[in-house]
Amino acid sequence: MSELEYDPRLYTGALNHREDHAPGDEPEESAGHWVRNSNLGLGFSIVLTAASFWAVGSHLIYGPAIPVALIVLAIAQMGVHLVFFLHVTTGPDNTNNVLALAFGVLVVFLIVAGSIWIMNHLTHNMMPVEQLMQMQPF
Amino acid sequence: MSDTGLPAAIEALRRVREDPHRLGHRAHGAEAPVEGAGHGATGPANKRIVVGYGFWIFLLSDIVMFSCFFAAFAVQRDATAGGPGPRDIVELPRVALETGALLLSSYTCGLSFAATNARNKLWTQIFLLITGLLGLAFVGLELQEFISLASRGITPQRSGFLTSFFGLVGLHGLHVTVAGMWLATMMAQVQLKGFRREIIHRLICFNLFWHALDIVWIGIFTIVYLMGSGA
Amino acid sequence: MFGKLRWSAIPIDQPIPLITSVVVILVVLGVLGLVTAKGWWPYVWREWITSVDHKRIGIMYCALGVLMLVRGFADAIMMRTQQAVAINAAGYLPPEHYNQVFSAHGTIMIFFGAMPLVIGFMNFLTPLQLGVRDVAFPTLNSVSFWLTASGALLVNVSLFVGEFARTGWLPYPPLSEATYSPGVGVDYYLWAVQIAGIGTLMTGINFVTTVLKMRCPGMSYLRMPMFCWTTLSASLIIVAVFPILTATLAMLSLDRVFGWHYFTNAAGGNPMMFMNLIWAWGHPEVYILVLPAFGIFSEIFPTFSGKPLFGYRSMVAATLFICVVSMMVWLHHFFTMGAGPAVNTFFGIASSVIAVGTGVKIYNWIFTMYGGRVRLTVPMLWSLGFIFTFVIGGMTGVLLAVPPADFLVHNSMFLVAHFHNVIVGGVVFALFAGLDYWFPKAFGFRLHEGWGKAAFWFAFFGFWITFAPLYVLGMQGMTRRLQHINIEEWRPMLYVSAFGVAVLAVGVVCQIVMLVVSIIKRDELRDVTGDPWDGRSLEWATPSPAPFFNFAVLPNVEGEEAYWGIKLRAIETQQLSPEPKYEPIEMPVNSSVGFYTAFFASVTGFALIWHIWWLAGLGLAAAFAGFVVFAWRDVHEFHVPVEEVARIDRARRAAREAFLARLAQQGALP
Repeated sequence: MSELEYDPRLYTGALNHREDHAPGDEPEESAGHWVRNSNLGLGFSIVLTAASFWAVGSHLIYGPAIPVALIVLAIAQMGVHLVFFLHVTTGPDNTNNVLALAFGVLVVFLIVAGSIWIMNHLTHNMMPVEQLMQMQPF
Repeated sequence: MSDTGLPAAIEALRRVREDPHRLGHRAHGAEAPVEGAGHGATGPANKRIVVGYGFWIFLLSDIVMFSCFFAAFAVQRDATAGGPGPRDIVELPRVALETGALLLSSYTCGLSFAATNARNKLWTQIFLLITGLLGLAFVGLELQEFISLASRGITPQRSGFLTSFFGLVGLHGLHVTVAGMWLATMMAQVQLKGFRREIIHRLICFNLFWHALDIVWIGIFTIVYLMGSGA
Repeated sequence: MFGKLRWSAIPIDQPIPLITSVVVILVVLGVLGLVTAKGWWPYVWREWITSVDHKRIGIMYCALGVLMLVRGFADAIMMRTQQAVAINAAGYLPPEHYNQVFSAHGTIMIFFGAMPLVIGFMNFLTPLQLGVRDVAFPTLNSVSFWLTASGALLVNVSLFVGEFARTGWLPYPPLSEATYSPGVGVDYYLWAVQIAGIGTLMTGINFVTTVLKMRCPGMSYLRMPMFCWTTLSASLIIVAVFPILTATLAMLSLDRVFGWHYFTNAAGGNPMMFMNLIWAWGHPEVYILVLPAFGIFSEIFPTFSGKPLFGYRSMVAATLFICVVSMMVWLHHFFTMGAGPAVNTFFGIASSVIAVGTGVKIYNWIFTMYGGRVRLTVPMLWSLGFIFTFVIGGMTGVLLAVPPADFLVHNSMFLVAHFHNVIVGGVVFALFAGLDYWFPKAFGFRLHEGWGKAAFWFAFFGFWITFAPLYVLGMQGMTRRLQHINIEEWRPMLYVSAFGVAVLAVGVVCQIVMLVVSIIKRDELRDVTGDPWDGRSLEWATPSPAPFFNFAVLPNVEGEEAYWGIKLRAIETQQLSPEPKYEPIEMPVNSSVGFYTAFFASVTGFALIWHIWWLAGLGLAAAFAGFVVFAWRDVHEFHVPVEEVARIDRARRAAREAFLARLAQQGALP
């Protein structure tokens, strides 16, 4: 067996710059670059958070559209966190991370949207609980 | 094939090497090993990558658990059983303070990791401490909120809506508390052991966890508090 | 001081649990006494309890699973016999016991029988097949196993202290709420499954990371063995859906303990949400079981047909397709709950469509056999039995996927027959096939073939005699979980089914005899080469049993079926490849953190069940202290010197050279 001798040095602690990165781990970058990312992330997040809080109280946005605006702002801010704080990018060293995230988003969507859709239909078709309870023999 | 059932023909050998499934082309695999991107041609990944990725997968599972509590909240939003509804329990000023505290703590957490990368123990510890204190402020504010609600008789035992409210917000607060305990342990370890390999791996994981909690909070303050206050 | 715990919790007035408990306690004490008397504790502690070796952990998982399968089968015997004798009669199991029996049967079979066995296979095989030394997180692996064992312990403790749940294997509210199940039964269920579920989630994380990030050089995704693809898919599903189980059971616990209103009838609770969430977990769960089972067959069919697996890439595609679609069909478990035509139609179509993936796999296995030289060994018999049994079970599944049809047979014996058809025919047959196939790799000697074949035939016919009548009964209108029966028309089929259980029991006895006979005759059945079946994947390149570091030097893979090419080259050139340059190896040290954590998990679980709050707090604190102590250790790996690596590997090469020489003598070479 063993066509070639190959036993990778598993535990050097040093990161090969051509290998995959874990999310939030970019040791090749200088501390300055990292701080710049954090500053940008904080800045954008503050703006988006303030916008959300403002949108609720203001009368400038059409009333029924406020929930939509809030969701858009929330998704945007989650994106800001992912990119600037967690450094999940589209580089080839991040493919596994992005795929895992996409899988997670799919599952969350199936659970939340699926549950809302199913439970809505069930509730619509069901006898109200007060009437149900009156059918009990005791 | 021989009587022992072991195919040993040179023909089989050539076929296996070049075209195992008789598809008329070469066997799969890159010509030159490509490092990175998980194609696996260069052997098992570095332990730092393995630990970080494993924790990322754990985080995704934690987000799925939160999504169940979100789903329950969405389904039970109107189940107030004649009791208080969203508008009765939301206090936006406090929520704004909580959000600010958690967001700032995410920022200081990122700064502490920058210090870790620069192997600066002092600034790592300073920023970790600030992160912890901001997290403590967040949990303190939430406890204050729950106690104030309970004193008005607004408890999870009152209705389905309140159950799912306290459940979702409480679950997040519990995560922040546990993360705070982890933070304290990490500060102790950094102090006593310095920047050893496994300590850095754990700091990577801690960073991921703390940022993820802020991401979940974005969902909570948007859907539970902001949508609850007006909509 | 002791919460709800009283002396009356011990069932001295109930003969069956009492006698069972006494027997079990005596057996356990006997085993512990034997180990003590023979002075085996240091060995057991060092080599098994604190082991972080995936092979040892895999074997422990399989042992736990087999033991619990037997316990679950005992429950099954009780159910079939009760239904056979309780026709217009009282039977021997009063309703409150019968309800615990069927609840325990399902819970144990799924959570503590099938899951540990499947995870055990994933554990044992994946690193060997990927050509690496261990999984991504070996110590976490140990914690996972011991947490699962902790859950199994709690379920079995319910037999002699307190009671078990009477709500079925999924505790539907409002029956499972505190109002209607005030006893400790549901709490035993909740904490046992919750603790085991955390262990399983950690396993899922471990194996996703292992398959994606730890493979030997040259093993790109499309060169992995099919079993590794199914391990990856099952682990992805675990990561995606076990949090749903954790969340839902936690919600039910909050309702029961603190009076919250997630699923209650009153005050705005929504019981239907429980069904929705629990099946969002429950359906993907069965795919967690069946995908690795398919993976096992994908290893066995090529080996015993002497041909590569047909349609490898379509197999990969089908596996990933099943992985994703399995999370889109869960409503078919409650078509009758009333979501209406739009919702029912979507999930009905999705449930039918998912069968396409399995169909692709079945055709590929059949085409693998076609044109090959099929050897009817014991694993192959189980595989052929699977094809026949599972296809029929799958077809009844597609029937159930049609909502109007399901309206007639939902929760009838037809359903019971269907899911046993696919779980026994699919998962259990795969497990027995795999146990026979990989037993030599784990223990160094083969299992006795005659008794293995007998076990198969009794299991195969026993299965059909037991469950075919249940299809008929379902069509005749019999619902599930009946403690007594008032309809004379059903008597003949119930008798046939009870007879079938006796045939199955003979099969179980054959398995036990096979194990005992094989151990007695192990020198005759010894596997000296490490490759007793003429295998095609990397685990057969190691000696039997494999050394603790798996491979002295990680193999470099050039094509699919990594080991096959290496073997043929050796046979052609009549020599092994040159001796590699050995280097020292770092392996993870043993750790007792798994055992310690699980011990305090059991204590905490027991305390929570009986509302002994101070003990629960103490257990949690002790567990946290254990983590901190573990996190403080300085030594993570131990160093295996070059001489030892070389010595072990040279022994392997000598055995292989002898094998080659024997082949040359027999004239098997060109």
